Amino acid sequence: MRTLRDAKVGETVKVVKLHGEGAVKRRIMDMGITKGVEVFVRKLAPLGDPVEVNVRNYELSLRKADAEMIEVE
Amino acid sequence: MDKQLRIALAGNPNSGKTTLFNKLTGSNQFVGNWPGVTVEKKEGRLIVDKEVILTDLPGIYSLSPYTLEEVVARNYLIEEKPDAILNIVDATNLERNLYLTTQLTELGIPVVIALNMMDLVKKAGDIVNVKELSRQLGCKIVEISALKGDGVNDAAKAAIEAAKNGRTIPQHSFSGPVEHALAHIEEVTVHNLPEERQRWYAIKLFERDEKVVESLKLSDDVKAHIERDIQAAEKELDDDAESIITNERYIYIGNMLKGIYKKKGKGQLSASDKIDRIVTNRILALPIFVLVMWLVYALSMGTSISDGGISIGTFLTDWTNDVLGGAWLTDGSRAILEGWNVAPWLVGLISDGILAGVGAVLGFVPQMLVLFLMLCLLEDCGYMARIAFIMDRIFRRFGLSGKSFIPMLVGTGCGVPGVMATRTIENERDRRMTIMTTTFIPCGAKMPIIGLIAGALFGGSTWVATSAYFIGVAAIVLSGIMLKKTRAFAGDPAPFVMELPAYHLPAWGNVLRGTWERGWSFIKRAGTVIVVSSIVIWFLTSFGSVNGRFGMVDDLYEDDSVVTEEYVAVVADRMGIPEDEVEPMDDSLLARIAQPVSVVFKPLGFGDWKPTAATVTGLVAKEEVVANFGIMYAYDDNDGEEELEENGDQIWDRVAEDFNAFSGGHGKLAAFAFMIFNLLCAPCFAAIGAIKREMNSAKWTWFAIGYQCGFAWVTAFIVWQLGRVFAGGMNVVGLVIALVMLAALLWQLFKPYKEAQKLTVK
Repeated sequence: MRTLRDAKVGETVKVVKLHGEGAVKRRIMDMGITKGVEVFVRKLAPLGDPVEVNVRNYELSLRKADAEMIEVE
Repeated sequence: MDKQLRIALAGNPNSGKTTLFNKLTGSNQFVGNWPGVTVEKKEGRLIVDKEVILTDLPGIYSLSPYTLEEVVARNYLIEEKPDAILNIVDATNLERNLYLTTQLTELGIPVVIALNMMDLVKKAGDIVNVKELSRQLGCKIVEISALKGDGVNDAAKAAIEAAKNGRTIPQHSFSGPVEHALAHIEEVTVHNLPEERQRWYAIKLFERDEKVVESLKLSDDVKAHIERDIQAAEKELDDDAESIITNERYIYIGNMLKGIYKKKGKGQLSASDKIDRIVTNRILALPIFVLVMWLVYALSMGTSISDGGISIGTFLTDWTNDVLGGAWLTDGSRAILEGWNVAPWLVGLISDGILAGVGAVLGFVPQMLVLFLMLCLLEDCGYMARIAFIMDRIFRRFGLSGKSFIPMLVGTGCGVPGVMATRTIENERDRRMTIMTTTFIPCGAKMPIIGLIAGALFGGSTWVATSAYFIGVAAIVLSGIMLKKTRAFAGDPAPFVMELPAYHLPAWGNVLRGTWERGWSFIKRAGTVIVVSSIVIWFLTSFGSVNGRFGMVDDLYEDDSVVTEEYVAVVADRMGIPEDEVEPMDDSLLARIAQPVSVVFKPLGFGDWKPTAATVTGLVAKEEVVANFGIMYAYDDNDGEEELEENGDQIWDRVAEDFNAFSGGHGKLAAFAFMIFNLLCAPCFAAIGAIKREMNSAKWTWFAIGYQCGFAWVTAFIVWQLGRVFAGGMNVVGLVIALVMLAALLWQLFKPYKEAQKLTVK
């Protein structure tokens, strides 16, 4: 299974499914990362974590641990 | 007469909500907190109609049960039932903003949309068919520019109109299986509720929203029934109910916007993107961060411009302290009152008690205003979110937020603005944790204590000061790790999924208003705390019972018939000092209280009344610790030429001698334990006032103070007891207890920890 965590900086990936449950999953979905949406990986923070992505035309940062819940193509 | 109309202002963070609120209400605002939480609540009267109250809800992305802001907002919308919702929508980010709109329209409250930043959309050459959007959403849309003020009054009028006789019926529908389940749920659970709210409840029940399930008090039968409906839909759509709803909302919005929103310049980098490429660049981000932090510190609390620095804050604070506080308020009022032949004790109370306390509060104000101004600027232009982005990796390990860095940096200057700077942290758990730990950092006023101890017992060694900072940082790190596992903090989830808003020029109106609000709330809250406590401490140090007579000790000691030679011998004996060192203060209430209280500090190595009294007066201001040492160790300034140095170097010999005497020859160790306790224990009253203001809860304030004192006591205890193993004079019982405490700390540090998934707030 490939997740958003594995995506390289500069890559655009399509979300297949969200794993996990509860608060973090709901928050990720509320912010617009849902099935089928395209996510562009913008950059990593200077210390390597979190990661900044562009989704639905705005910038979002999330931790690598949480990015692992997002399965991509 | 019409009943008073109430309109709620709702919208995403960074959508221009604060700007719009300020434009709509002007100066008719009341700032407070939502009950029981640290989330700020603002209300105001509309400029266009003073009879209408506008409530500014917290900035939210959704109405989920998982974040405090969202729960606060939806509780208000459900329980207080405002007459209309004014929903501000950022036109440059329609998809995510409308996601909230689809949820607001389900509540059965009329919704009017204020479509903000349309000017930017048009400038970029994009097209939004507003008329069609309004038709599809089923609510009136008013185009506005919150920043320029265009259209804001029209939006307010439309909201008033809707509040009087409007109705919003949600236009979107979910897929077949979901609608089927929703119809069933409505039928069996909420058919007795008002018709217009049934849909919202049904959707929440479908999502298995625990807070809603709980509030409806459904029977187990009904719960099982609707659970079957939910599971049938889940099975058919192969996803969990919550995800289905979220997904379908976004799909609905995506389809709707296809015919409404036409983007022209795709893939182009905006100015904000270009800035961000440099500012959060992997190599440049940290140097830029350090530079920004240095500027914030140097301008607000660094070296004064009169001493070659760049700090305008320190310059004004020095002036306030020396001229306004010292000369005018204290000395000036004294001269005037004495001129009026006011009784000496009353002069003392007003000049030294109340006005000196007020002066101490006023002194902070300039530094704090400069600091808050810069924090508001950082927040408004979008850099604050990047700070969290850059620092998150380090701070999250300790249960803190990336934004906790700023309060701690500021705390090295003064804990009061440090605590107040926590307001930029969104997550309540992180905010509370930061409030509790910020004052562990040695502030400016604690430096004289370090100087005194280093000078008196350690030959001025610089490692004492270094170790003080090390202990402060270690206390924060250890407390963060230990506290996040306690029940008080374990309850709430803290997902770090954060929007990085586009950079923009600060809106000066917002910045200045935010600065003033924070400054004023400090003056009010900290002001009352510090004035009352100054009076109490002044009373305790000035009054006492001398040889059976109660009064001001200074006066009574001038009377030889009261202070007889036999009586001096009694006092000297009680205090354990030579007769010629007996001072009026030895008979003060403070000394009488400190003497028995000093038992508390016996296990820490400094169970003597002098360090105890100094510690107690340190609550007024940490500078008082050294000042009181000066008084208690009888620094003689009778020749009036020379004042006690800030670090008290004239009394170093006597302090060292005394510490060695009462600690059985372990003066260094006792002094070090004394320093640790004073660095870590409850901060001064001004900072406690700030803690109370920011916690917005007596319970949490006491918890914070109690934890700080407890942590300080345990740390000093371990240092004193373990230290004596190496220094000689080991106490077996004490050592065993110290080892047990150490083991408990280590256990709490290393025990496994799992992030919570549920929000405990109801």
